[in-house]
Amino acid sequence: MTLLQIAALAAVALLGGGVVAATDPLRQTFVLSIYGLALTMMFFVFQAPDVALSEIVVSTVGLPVMILLALRKVHQQEHERRREREKKNR
Amino acid sequence: MSARARLLLFGIGAAGFGAVLVVGLAGLPAFGHYQGVYGRVLDGIGVTERHATDLVTALNFDFRAFDTLGEEFILFASVLGVVLILRQLRGERERPSQEEADEHQLAGASEALRALALVLVPALLALGVYIVVHGQITPGGGFQGGVILATGPLAVFLAGRYVRMRILAPHTVVEIGDAVGAMGYGLVGLGGLVFVGIFFKNFLPQGIPGHLLSAGQIDVASAAVGLEVSGAFLVAWSEFLDQAILVRGSADR
Repeated sequence: MTLLQIAALAAVALLGGGVVAATDPLRQTFVLSIYGLALTMMFFVFQAPDVALSEIVVSTVGLPVMILLALRKVHQQEHERRREREKKNR
Repeated sequence: MSARARLLLFGIGAAGFGAVLVVGLAGLPAFGHYQGVYGRVLDGIGVTERHATDLVTALNFDFRAFDTLGEEFILFASVLGVVLILRQLRGERERPSQEEADEHQLAGASEALRALALVLVPALLALGVYIVVHGQITPGGGFQGGVILATGPLAVFLAGRYVRMRILAPHTVVEIGDAVGAMGYGLVGLGGLVFVGIFFKNFLPQGIPGHLLSAGQIDVASAAVGLEVSGAFLVAWSEFLDQAILVRGSADR
């Protein structure tokens, strides 16, 4: 095993923990993206460029876009509900 | 269940899992010391028999093309599910078109971001097409290239131009692309059944290994998957975008 491979594995292990440790969903999305990039590097140094390409397109674009848009919708609904409640209280 | 009992249960489970994991990992062959037969056989016949220099793509679209057909329809069905769940419900409405006209309200994108998107859109589209059509020669293929193709219109949205993105990639067009791609992949399989008698057996001229038009059905199947994947991602993204940007619940009125 080369030094590059050990470094890639270490990055994956560290960032995997980082994804779990990030509690705020918004921040978690970005950490997840970086974790995907680390996975991509790992696949690449372990000589699997096809898998690396799949990983990079899914983890840096495909998934974050959907999560971020879903988060925005959730925030919108929370905002609307809060406004409704304030209207009733008045 | 008390916190202590839960911790105890977790401890037992984690210890068991850890033990099995260590035993399992210890039994794996070292990196680079593959011991199977199937992989070696495929490695030997990939270029000579199928004329594809990228073995992974040859595996996906020829040797195990039937598996890919299943995966294809997993993506197709899940996107269909997204469309079904996120359809416009009674009591929901989209923003009136007057508001849509003023795109700057939707997302405040800076001039720099817009200039970057202008550069990115053609570059992404070109890269996507390149990855799709060179699937049988170099790493990549229909799936990876398809997602890159779909990011082209997405870059238009990132520049704060969501309405433009819908003009560039209207719902009907991306839905048709998704469906035609899925159908095209099935047709490649049926072509084998009709012309050679075996589902997904190559029936096209194979050409010279390493050339752009080579490897028979692999190239065509890869293109079909590319169309399907880019359509599928665009359909899913625009459904999510509609929900996040245009659709308002009845409570908002």
